[in-house]
Amino acid sequence: MAVTKVVMPKLSDQMESGKIIKWLKKEGDRINAGDIVAEIETDKADVEMEAFGAGVLRKILVSAGDKASVGSLIAVIAEEGEDINAVVGQAGGGAPPAAAASAAKPAMADRPAAVPPQPKSEDHAARSPSPSRGPESPGGQRAQQAVAQVAATPTAAPAAPAAERAAGDGGRVKASPLARKIAAQSGVDLRLIQGSGPGGRIVRRDVEAAAAAPTPTPAAAPALRTVTPSVGGPEFEDVALSAMRATIAKRMPLSKAPVPHFYVTSEVAMDRAWELREELNALEGQPKISVNDLIVRACALTLLQHPGVNASFQGESIRVFHRVHMGIAVALDEGLITPVLRDVHAKSLAQIAAEARDLAERARQRKLRTQELSGATFSISNLGMFDVRDFSAIINPPEGAILAVGAVRRVPVVTEDGLGVGRRMAMTISCDHRVMDGAMGARFLHDVRRVLEEPLRLLV
Amino acid sequence: MPAQKFDLVVVGTGPGGYVCAIRAAQLGMSVATVEDDRPGGVCLNWGCIPTKALLRNAEVVHLFERAETFGITVQGMTADYAAAVQRSRGVADRMAKGVEFLFRKNKITLFPGTGTLTAKNAVEVRGKDGGVTTLEAGRAVVLATGSEPRSLPGVAIDEKRVISSNGAVRNEAKPKSIVIIGAGAVGVEFADVYRSYGTDVILLEALPRIVPIEDEEVSTQLTRSLSRRGITIKTGVKVSAVKPSDGGVVVETDGGRFDAEQVLMAVGRGARTKGVGLDALGIVLDRGFVKVSPMMETSVKGVYAIGDMAGAPLLAHKAMAEGVVAAEAIAGKNPRPVDYGNVPSCTYCRPQVASIGLTEAKAREGGRDVAVGKFPFTANGKAVALGETEGFVKVLADKKSGEILGVHIIGPEATEMIHEFAVGRTLEATLDEIMHTIHAHPTLSEAALEATLAALGHAIHI
Repeated sequence: MAVTKVVMPKLSDQMESGKIIKWLKKEGDRINAGDIVAEIETDKADVEMEAFGAGVLRKILVSAGDKASVGSLIAVIAEEGEDINAVVGQAGGGAPPAAAASAAKPAMADRPAAVPPQPKSEDHAARSPSPSRGPESPGGQRAQQAVAQVAATPTAAPAAPAAERAAGDGGRVKASPLARKIAAQSGVDLRLIQGSGPGGRIVRRDVEAAAAAPTPTPAAAPALRTVTPSVGGPEFEDVALSAMRATIAKRMPLSKAPVPHFYVTSEVAMDRAWELREELNALEGQPKISVNDLIVRACALTLLQHPGVNASFQGESIRVFHRVHMGIAVALDEGLITPVLRDVHAKSLAQIAAEARDLAERARQRKLRTQELSGATFSISNLGMFDVRDFSAIINPPEGAILAVGAVRRVPVVTEDGLGVGRRMAMTISCDHRVMDGAMGARFLHDVRRVLEEPLRLLV
Repeated sequence: MPAQKFDLVVVGTGPGGYVCAIRAAQLGMSVATVEDDRPGGVCLNWGCIPTKALLRNAEVVHLFERAETFGITVQGMTADYAAAVQRSRGVADRMAKGVEFLFRKNKITLFPGTGTLTAKNAVEVRGKDGGVTTLEAGRAVVLATGSEPRSLPGVAIDEKRVISSNGAVRNEAKPKSIVIIGAGAVGVEFADVYRSYGTDVILLEALPRIVPIEDEEVSTQLTRSLSRRGITIKTGVKVSAVKPSDGGVVVETDGGRFDAEQVLMAVGRGARTKGVGLDALGIVLDRGFVKVSPMMETSVKGVYAIGDMAGAPLLAHKAMAEGVVAAEAIAGKNPRPVDYGNVPSCTYCRPQVASIGLTEAKAREGGRDVAVGKFPFTANGKAVALGETEGFVKVLADKKSGEILGVHIIGPEATEMIHEFAVGRTLEATLDEIMHTIHAHPTLSEAALEATLAALGHAIHI
């Protein structure tokens, strides 16, 4: 069985480290893929972290209340009896590449339960890399990106190749002689640069770009690797459309141009819904419920009462649906896909949570069946995980509307006694004006909001 | 007749087109090529290859003429120019057959005739017999129709009195005297050939120096070498008219009148785009050449253009490199675009001229601190042993980083020697890496090492 390293996810471009608010699982708990294992506080939002591997939570390396830098190992999931010493030990010996910029953590293996918060040190000595890491490694780069997209990553895939590589080549930086000289003269650390030459070799333009860029802060260094601004070389390149991109390119103008969109935005107080979710997620034997699952359920219930929104323009008539099939937009590296959760109006929160998770996961693995990709009567697009405040989406014809959902944010709110902190979430519905009018959209949105603000309605 | 379907249709089989076709076939595409002449294009049939054969003849003639310096007496030596041209044709034929062989080997179908783009994925081939075939391209069309000699305004090339390189390479009769207008690679090479066979050669250049794209010191050295061989060189001369005269033609310039039996127009080449069907598809041109992306795609998706028609430098090896990029891009690979700053330039006159990168004047633009290292072949043992001591190697480097900015070689086998620096520049080697590379002794390439050392301030042998 595989050993799954749980690393601190990179939840925003600026994120350097995250704080574990609490572990929802304890050492020894059995974990299924998709389970929420912890809640993490970043400088922007509180985010729940899913496990992507299954097994037993064998070791928690960063305890609740402590911070860890992006990409560093915070827990290990493995089967009972599986040897995890190597993985846990690695955290001390060779830090995973993403963590490299912000000091390896030799203490981790020895004092797993009480790692002190990482100082955001600008000091070069503090971030001087361990000799075994391979910062120039393209593998390391991929690992960084993988970490950025998933909360926890399966097996040893992200960190291991970089570590192996580094050990294999003795930490040698692949760079052209000219790149080395210019780096030495301009004070650029080659170990912090991603090469753009053959096999990731660092060439002159990489060094010049790095020298021209502002001095990277430790955690910004990995981001630097991906970007090599250059004033030389070709001015552009034409990237062939992937099949998915071609489909999106074909379909979206078919919506945006002929379908007269209008937009209605509303803000929801999510405090009670958040509390309800925490209570539900504390229940034994229930699938973990995400904020999006609550919204799916709220929309499904409300659509039954607003059939005019659950409708499609048919040229000579408007088709009003009696059942709700919910399209849930899932962002993929190469585009976007909207799997459909059928008869969602007749499903409990637990069913929605389990099925939505399954669809999203299979969407990422490109394992959806075609019938799971069509037939939606209404769609939801949620960009909350990107800390988006609000946005508006393009209707996916022949559907009549789509709901765009932003992040649940902790914001100052006016209470009876003055100011307090509340959780707020913006949502914007895009409607086909041929099917419905502004007031219809507004009434629908009002009722969705009401369900979310009186969340017990979600349970009945 | 229904259209014949291929993945790729390549119009033109010069060095760009045939290399593109072969690379595409290697990548699994079915490929059709269209050619209105012989496979191999200008390069193999009328340009690079046959002229190199003529220049070799010129060199052999030259060796016989100075056989005495080797202590060899030659009596009754005659050099038959017609035989030289015939030999050159034989060489060209052999190379063209080589291309035909490569097409067969790679299962590439050759359609003789003139290709015209009738849609972005269709090429109409009009054969010499008037028959028309339509080719349908499933993936892309690559245009590689090359270039043709240009003339001056009001001067018609009749290939009798006023000839282009096309005539010069075919004519078995050599003129007693010739005025060559244009002292770029073509003008200089034919000046060499004709002079070696005893023709009186006047070489005219509108710019202030011959081989004007090369480093100024190279122009100076070549002027000296060619003048010594009896070639009359006039630079900064503007031609106002070319008129027929009793004995041939007269060339009127702001620097005097020049009479000769023939005039060779060597003022450059223009893209061959007529009848290709560019207008109908709205393919965008830039100063007469087809505008392309770094992946060689034109403004019309799925239509690519490579080689001379896609712009400067008009060099066969640049066309081949572009052919590979186009084929790989069409195959969905992500090829490295051609690095136009690192294309070697070669002129095969005697002494040969080869260069890569910037000239000294260009390198100094912007106030860069440039290290210059120069080493003459007179101080190179191999060159002295060969009796070919004309010329030098000149290395230009950034003083601070040691980056090799440009290299200029004039001398024996300069065109072979340049690649040391081409590889070095591709790998971003600095002067140090060349310095630390042991160069075999005795070789001409030692001059490259010494010029590098000179740029670092410590040449050994001078």
